[in-house]
Amino acid sequence: MTELLQNLIDGLGRGSIYALLALGVAVIFGVMHLLNFAHGEMITVSGYAAYWAFQQGWSWWIVVPLILVVSVLTSLAIDQVAFRRVRGADDFTLLLTSFGVHFVVFSLFLLYVSASVKNFSRPGWVTDTYKVGSLRIEVFDTVVIGVTIITLLLVSLLLQRTMFGLALRAAAADFDTARLMGVRSDNVIRGAFGLSGLLAGIAGVFWLMRAGQTTPSAGLDPMLKGVLAALIGGLGSLRGAVLGGLALGMAEVLLRSRLPDSIAGLTEGVVFLLIALLFIFRPGGFVSVAHAERV
Amino acid sequence: MLEVAGITTKYGAISALRDTSLTVGSGEVVGLIGPNGAGKTTLLGSVAGLLKPTGGTVTFDGADVTGAAPEKLLRAGLALVPEHRRIFVDLTVEENLKIGGITASKSDRAELLEEMADLFPVLRDKWTTQAGFLSGGEAQQLAIGRALMSKPRLLMMDEPSLGLAPVLVDVVFELIESLRAAGRTLLVVEQNASRMLEVADRAYVLRSGEMVAEGTGAELLERTDLFDTFVGG
Repeated sequence: MTELLQNLIDGLGRGSIYALLALGVAVIFGVMHLLNFAHGEMITVSGYAAYWAFQQGWSWWIVVPLILVVSVLTSLAIDQVAFRRVRGADDFTLLLTSFGVHFVVFSLFLLYVSASVKNFSRPGWVTDTYKVGSLRIEVFDTVVIGVTIITLLLVSLLLQRTMFGLALRAAAADFDTARLMGVRSDNVIRGAFGLSGLLAGIAGVFWLMRAGQTTPSAGLDPMLKGVLAALIGGLGSLRGAVLGGLALGMAEVLLRSRLPDSIAGLTEGVVFLLIALLFIFRPGGFVSVAHAERV
Repeated sequence: MLEVAGITTKYGAISALRDTSLTVGSGEVVGLIGPNGAGKTTLLGSVAGLLKPTGGTVTFDGADVTGAAPEKLLRAGLALVPEHRRIFVDLTVEENLKIGGITASKSDRAELLEEMADLFPVLRDKWTTQAGFLSGGEAQQLAIGRALMSKPRLLMMDEPSLGLAPVLVDVVFELIESLRAAGRTLLVVEQNASRMLEVADRAYVLRSGEMVAEGTGAELLERTDLFDTFVGG
């Protein structure tokens, strides 16, 4: 029982980061029908920004806001440079474009920075733990879960209470009709990339704090987790994305601690197997979204 | 106010609209009738910016707006109540109306919301209901209210009576009458040709992508040669 509880708490911490990543993927998918395989590039770029900042002797207190700003700017820049040029193209073209962005960013860092791993110091408290009864809880997980809850509340306020949020929801439901009502398509899409970049930035802060390093392909893993979690949750559903992220985190932690040692290395594979099973029984993921037909 | 001059709009290689012209003067109620597939929705879509005409021009208040984006046309004062209403079913009635008033200032928007609640009492009762739960008639009123929220100078409606029970069709036509009495400029596509001709100042008849007749409502009602065009609505 204690072990299960321990796993659930660990899973919640891991899943929170996935939820933030998946939410960013879902926001973009909702508005543009783009499954963004470049979603991890914000973390790659901010990873190098963090590395550069530490070279200057800056502390995490300055690096955290730096990562958030760089992530948002990277997201907006990717839209401006790549996706803006294929507005209105079919979903497959958008998908390929996002792959292209991933490879371009990867190659730029590989060619002009370095292929080797760049290390920086992790904050001291990342590995600290405290005890609640017989449970050993990481300070890091506590911070992650707390920040995620606050972020989700703020995002939900943004979507429910502001005209931008309303426009975003209307555009996600029926893009053409939203435009007919005066919703500016460029503003909504730019706003979606900004929001998605901010969410990736928050997840990126935690990701980089824990990793303490960056490489040209640093964004690949977080991107995969985010896209997978969004798929599990039901593409286009924001609530589903959060649930998908939490479920993915829990599944990974549970499997890693429960699988016999001989196959524990195959955790990822077993997770994919479970996802395949989920899609056999619920092809739309946890929360199915009916999209209005586009004309 | 609106002048459509010789526009052609294609879906791939097929012309849904060929060299079609139409005008709407300020304060006029103009009907656009014709059988299914005549190109009526294509015409409204081409004017509202959803479709790009391959030839011809659309002029609104003297400015060439051919192929302009829908959000730009709305700001110029041109609103469309789309076919099948296309309300946002996951949003509440109030949120749907707010989206319609996205171009207005916050205080103007609050005033307009109040105005719509007065104009459509059924909506006031369902203010915080998700629009997906509305009946067909309520949804149509919401769609029209949502378009009115932008204070359009020209309101275009695509088949507002489609799929409604007869008593609700009456409600829609009464609404058109009241908008006309309020001096609004309307361009209405209708399958219910005889009803439309009764309320319209002028009307156009579209068939297979071409204008085949135009005149006052009374004139067209007497054109027995067009009867086969009217039948079916």
